[in-house]
Amino acid sequence: MTSHAITVLGHDRPGIIAETTARLAELGLNLEDSSMTRLRGHFAMTLVCAGDAAAADIESALTGLTADGTLTVTVREVPEEDAAPTGGTPYLLTVHGGDRPGIVSSVVGQVAQVGGNITDLTTRLAGDLYVLVAEIDLPAEVDVVALEGSIAAVATTLGVGATLRRAEADEL
Amino acid sequence: MSDPYVGGRVLDVVRAPAAVLSTPSSDVDPTAPEIVQLAADLVATMRVSPGCVGLAAPQVGVAARVFCVDVSAHPKTREHHGTFVLCNAEVVEASRNERAREGCMSVPDLTGDVKRATRLVVTGQVPGTGEHVTITADAFEARALQHEIDHCSGLLFLDRVAGAHALHQRQTYL
Repeated sequence: MTSHAITVLGHDRPGIIAETTARLAELGLNLEDSSMTRLRGHFAMTLVCAGDAAAADIESALTGLTADGTLTVTVREVPEEDAAPTGGTPYLLTVHGGDRPGIVSSVVGQVAQVGGNITDLTTRLAGDLYVLVAEIDLPAEVDVVALEGSIAAVATTLGVGATLRRAEADEL
Repeated sequence: MSDPYVGGRVLDVVRAPAAVLSTPSSDVDPTAPEIVQLAADLVATMRVSPGCVGLAAPQVGVAARVFCVDVSAHPKTREHHGTFVLCNAEVVEASRNERAREGCMSVPDLTGDVKRATRLVVTGQVPGTGEHVTITADAFEARALQHEIDHCSGLLFLDRVAGAHALHQRQTYL
């Protein structure tokens, strides 16, 4: 049993996911984690599937998707990764303000500097408004107040607003 | 009963990234004539905006702790207090959070999933008389009140969005 990471990128149209997953099912592959969105109108999907098919066989099964030249597909074998929790504390970082180069790199640079790991990230440009929402795992030893301060300082320089708060999870 | 918010002017609604939307507003004197006029202007602007159930002063470019709400025509509304304006409002009790998708006239192209209390007690002052009132709200009116009070604190729904995949490109416009 091997795992493969597959990306499908390009012009969006109805049926891409249906076709992709049908071909994978025919090869007996089990779809595991996947993420799909539209990025400025482009279809963008990444998924990991498990099974016995070889990368070359998966690629050839998906050639129908790329036939008209509007979609790009990549298939790559990937090792098993440990998906267990890291023991860090989850935080949510929101940044929004006027669009300008360097917002993401400057703000997430502060997170990287203290060993924070981004586990999920979305950025959207809507007119002049730039929005970043990131989920961050912070190691227990991180001084969160100091990190908030350094993010606020960078945000002030960029003329954007930034909020760092604990990611809420309701225990039921 | 006569409409207490007559004479309002329809104002332009400002959009993010306008600085006024990310700046905490100041307390106001609810008896000041300009605040009474602002209250009427907010109601007039809300009423001409399709689907609008609330509007805060920062959304019309004024950094003042004043907002209006009217959820009476919204399908998700249970109890409601009709059209009203509050000055210097504060949340004093909030419970029973529920997550739902929110939009905002000041962030027209995006929506976000936000957790808000569905049981809420708010205090504030009525424009004109300055009377101190306590409002107990539930369901959609509670959500609208929290959204508007956030505006007065310089917060957008973007600041409360529930996760990296809880931010959405708006699919339909009212």
